[in-house]
Amino acid sequence: MSILIDENTRVVVQGITGSEGTFHTQKMQEYGTKVVAGVTPGKGGQIHLGVPVFNTVEEAVRQEGANAAAIFVPPFFAADAIMEAADAGVSLIVCITEGIPTFDMIKVKAFLKNKPCRLIGPNTPGIISPGKCKIGIMPGHIHKPGTIGIISRSGTLTYEAVDQVSKLGYGQSTAVGIGGDPIVGLSFIDLLKLFKEDPETEAVILIGEIGGTAEEEAAAYIKAEFNKPVVSFIAGQTAPPGRRMGHAGAIIAGGKGTAKEKMEALEAAGVFVAKSPAEIGNKVKEALQARG
Amino acid sequence: MKIHEYQAKQILAKYGVQVPKGDVVETPERAREIAAEIGGKVVLKAQIHAGGRGKAGGIRIASNPEEAEKIAREMLGMKLVTYQTGPEGRIVRKLLVEEALEVEKELYLGIVIDRAKEAAVVMASPEGGVEIEKVAAEKPELIFKEYVNPATGFLPFQARKLAYKLGLAGETHKQAVKFISSLYRAFEATDASLAEINPLIVTAKGDVLALDAKMNFDDNALPRHPEIQAMRDIYEESPLEVEASKYNLNYIKLDGNVGCMVNGAGLAMATMDIIMHSGGMPANFLDVGGGVSEEAVTNAFKILVADKDVKAALINIFGGIVRCDLVARGIVKAAREVGLKVPMVVRLQGTNMEEGRKILAESGLEFYSAETMKEAAEKVVSLVKGVSS
Repeated sequence: MSILIDENTRVVVQGITGSEGTFHTQKMQEYGTKVVAGVTPGKGGQIHLGVPVFNTVEEAVRQEGANAAAIFVPPFFAADAIMEAADAGVSLIVCITEGIPTFDMIKVKAFLKNKPCRLIGPNTPGIISPGKCKIGIMPGHIHKPGTIGIISRSGTLTYEAVDQVSKLGYGQSTAVGIGGDPIVGLSFIDLLKLFKEDPETEAVILIGEIGGTAEEEAAAYIKAEFNKPVVSFIAGQTAPPGRRMGHAGAIIAGGKGTAKEKMEALEAAGVFVAKSPAEIGNKVKEALQARG
Repeated sequence: MKIHEYQAKQILAKYGVQVPKGDVVETPERAREIAAEIGGKVVLKAQIHAGGRGKAGGIRIASNPEEAEKIAREMLGMKLVTYQTGPEGRIVRKLLVEEALEVEKELYLGIVIDRAKEAAVVMASPEGGVEIEKVAAEKPELIFKEYVNPATGFLPFQARKLAYKLGLAGETHKQAVKFISSLYRAFEATDASLAEINPLIVTAKGDVLALDAKMNFDDNALPRHPEIQAMRDIYEESPLEVEASKYNLNYIKLDGNVGCMVNGAGLAMATMDIIMHSGGMPANFLDVGGGVSEEAVTNAFKILVADKDVKAALINIFGGIVRCDLVARGIVKAAREVGLKVPMVVRLQGTNMEEGRKILAESGLEFYSAETMKEAAEKVVSLVKGVSS
């Protein structure tokens, strides 16, 4: 099993004719993802990478039955693209775009309230259920099907974790990047709830980083309700305060959002916290053995 | 992005926020002229991107234009060391010369984005002139908050409420309402991430003004605000950071001596962390981007080795969509151009890693290769210790 996506997911790619959109659509197709449509305003009627291109997401949904969207449009147009997908009734929206202004995302989140859709990202590598479907830009070949769920605010650090887990012989049920921006769609908690209900997921790896309070909130939820082993690593233990560490959301502001606070909160919630990123794989092993 | 106080006040004035009369100067003569225009007592304020100026001698008062010129001569070019600048301090290049006001009350007003609530929040406190973090820790009941509904924007009643909670009445209350609303308009219109007026003052006459002003902006939104982008002051940044920004590289100079260069922000932070866990300290954060190009690798390499504090370096690349052979070529090219000035550990993992490692091994340059992050970090730390002993 997997969460959110599987072999039946039908993907529309917004920004399919751009260079990023083209490159990653090809990679998704090679992985086996069912890309059923593309959207580029003004290019409706063309065929790109063997896929029909529409002017609007609404047409892509009506004519091709798309139920998930992958967004590869430039940052100043991405908020509009997310809201268009939501308005068209797409139930899962994955926004890869990095660099969307925070105020745009505030508006997006207000628009999405009470709509039957879920947003992943922005500024995310996407989501993958190994062997079934990949919506995003992660390297498919390092993943393998299995029972570990992964939730992360990072890209390449997630690949590192996936690689460690795969090399120890564990596969992944689903791996999700929630995005490195201050305001994103699905949270750690939203995804933990989905993994809780997924019978195939035996344990979850939660990869956080400095900035905000998402990890502390996740810790409170895990302590109160989560019933599977959780392993965590928090990046930025050596990051200085007040500086944005690459990701827009990775900043210690007003003394809040340090790695130390997050690690303590997670440890107090019974999470197996890896102090070093090299220990993530071994902590999974430890967590599964402790469960027996 | 950060800007100076005088720039923040220029922006705020455009949106109708009341600021003291004054102007920015770069010479003592000009300070005298401005002081003469204002008349009476003036305040001279050093313009640097750091707080704590008052205690460090960065804010002084002159009673007449002659004295203003004399003080400006002393202040311009001085090295100002505050608790926020670090021991190296900042050179004062500009002064804000302003009318000296009779302060009756010092209040606090600030706007930030609340990430958890996904909304802007306007905060006011009667405890002005001290750090708001301190107030939040000691007297949280004295911080009043109004969240901004993205559909309606900041509403008049919210401004009125805050002004009443600040204990203001009559004409002063009216001025404060306009002040708070104008500040919010400026915040949203410029895609700010922080607007802080500390202190917000009430004068003896009952006027409401921004005695100090601090604004930071959302870097993602800067391309749609060229007028704010133009306010960047590169003297406030480390030279290597300025250089890195030309190539769109995320580089932050730190205090340690182990250089690192990594693809992806999360992995870059994790690499810094593992260097620390292995007994070293990182000299920098350097993210060449998740989907790094050969050119980005070459530029990043040059910045990495240009830092004199770096005694050994670790290059950690997880090839995904990006191929390790391409990254290896970029590293070799840069190393040939600028030389391998310090011992360098390279860890290539992921797509085409064997080819990448082969390119490094056959380059004739002395790279140390590592398989895992742990091995790479331990190696680079042992090399640093070898160099320094």
